[in-house]
Amino acid sequence: MDAITITDVTKRFGSFLAIDNLNMSIREGEFFSMLGPSGSGKTTTLRLIAGFERTTSGTIELAGENVTDKAPFERDVNTVFQDYALFPHMSVVDNVAYGLKVHGVDHAERYDRAHKMLDLVQLDSKANNKPRELSGGQQQRVALARALVLEPKVLLLDEPLSALDMKLRQQMQVELKQLQRDLHITFVFVTHDQQEAMVMSDRIAVFNKGRVQQMGTPAEIYNHPANSFVASFVGTMNFIPETIVTANGFPAGSYTIRPERIVFVDADDNPDMVTAEGQVTDCIYLGTEYRILIKLTTRETFTVVRPVGETVPERGGEHQTRMA
Amino acid sequence: MELKKSTKVLFGIAAGIVLLFIYAPLAVVLINSVNGDATLAWPVRSVTFEWWGRAFHSAGLLSAALTSFGVAIVATIVSLILGTLCALALQRYDFFGKSAINMLVILPIALPGIVTGIALNNAFTTMVGIKLSMFTLIVAHVTFTIVTVYNNVFARLGQLGQHTEEASADLGAGVWTTFRLVTFPRIKSSLFAGALLAFALSFDEIVVTTFTAGQDITTLPIWIMNNMFRPHQAPVVSVVAVIMVVISLVPLWLSQRVTSDID
Repeated sequence: MDAITITDVTKRFGSFLAIDNLNMSIREGEFFSMLGPSGSGKTTTLRLIAGFERTTSGTIELAGENVTDKAPFERDVNTVFQDYALFPHMSVVDNVAYGLKVHGVDHAERYDRAHKMLDLVQLDSKANNKPRELSGGQQQRVALARALVLEPKVLLLDEPLSALDMKLRQQMQVELKQLQRDLHITFVFVTHDQQEAMVMSDRIAVFNKGRVQQMGTPAEIYNHPANSFVASFVGTMNFIPETIVTANGFPAGSYTIRPERIVFVDADDNPDMVTAEGQVTDCIYLGTEYRILIKLTTRETFTVVRPVGETVPERGGEHQTRMA
Repeated sequence: MELKKSTKVLFGIAAGIVLLFIYAPLAVVLINSVNGDATLAWPVRSVTFEWWGRAFHSAGLLSAALTSFGVAIVATIVSLILGTLCALALQRYDFFGKSAINMLVILPIALPGIVTGIALNNAFTTMVGIKLSMFTLIVAHVTFTIVTVYNNVFARLGQLGQHTEEASADLGAGVWTTFRLVTFPRIKSSLFAGALLAFALSFDEIVVTTFTAGQDITTLPIWIMNNMFRPHQAPVVSVVAVIMVVISLVPLWLSQRVTSDID
């Protein structure tokens, strides 16, 4: 059975159409990401699942139960908020024990479970501190512990890593993924960072303008983007100009190629490849790879990524670019 | 910013004059409360504590103080409940006519007391057809004391945002539990500040009170008005004034302490 089933859901805020007839199912135990630019409807979808917003039309089911008209406190999902939304007037352990308290779990048991959960996120030493005395990363873990202590079937995460610095974010990506695997909880993760979505997800839904543009595994989305929006939003994509397409004997149409699929060749070599000529305008060294910007003779700019160790053309040099 | 020396001196003198105008009359009241001459002749020739003794033994004065205190307490409690509910409704929910209601709730504090007084007096005696009493007096006071609570709580709720309340609901707490455990502890200081103001407004109100209190009800301000120009009572009024100054320092001090350590 699917953990979450969204059927024909539309959400309007006044005249603004936030979600346009959304249909989506999220499987039990999967790490599901909703990826898209701001205003694309991904956070609204999350808030609809949590119950903070009501659908204008359509239904939402959690584990087969229709919860469309239920309040947030009647739904078996928990949320990690973007700004964490910790209770500032309570200690860390009181924050974590809160959900158990309102569910009527007795004092001894709830503090026992709260401490265990804090232990799991390596924060039990801060149990009696106030949230504001913790760093951003630590507050994030408290928010996670507070939501997970209730052992929800579904955990909703609203851009929980966006306030963290790069290093911590990458570390938390791995930890979250591990936690999700260990606890077998369905994670629904909202992000605008395509790399983050790629790293963590089993499946991704790419949102734009209130609609799901494509849903699939990271590999499917990266290698077979459904449309030009997905192609350009997920990773870098080069759009091949029409003149090059027809010059190489292909029927006219829109063709794209990923930067790492392009190789540099000498003129007149490899006649079985699609080729284009251009001039290197920039060559950026990124540690493990070079990112090379090329201005084609047809004036479009292409991005090419080549691994370090391969000979790369120098800036200003004339080169033929071949695309497999 | 650095000011020129002459400017500083000028500002200093201006500030001194302003403060003098505020506090010199208060000092006069304090001195008059121990003025040996019952007609408050100036300069003071002798000092007496007779007025202080008389003030504490005046049945009329004590009962007036008690009445004012009671009215102010009840008005404050009603304002706390209604003002908080109103602020929650307008800050947390969307409905038709929201900004109009916001305006209508705040308006009474800006209306001249004389207008509120006449309007309520007419409404009570003609439209509703009830006699002026303690009840009508308290209702009248609540029309403007509610604003102080409402304004404070409304601003605080806006500043706090909705996320912690959503988090609470998300964790399984119903509306009332969320208010009790999450919202209330975070708006306590604004409730307190609003309550102090509400109490103070009600305690010294005289214009609306004149029009809406029953004949037999004498609040402290009304007692003062009635006794101010009676022979031999002026010094006792001075005593009351001094006590009221001292009493008003307490909430001022409390409110400054409370607002300095909000979460």
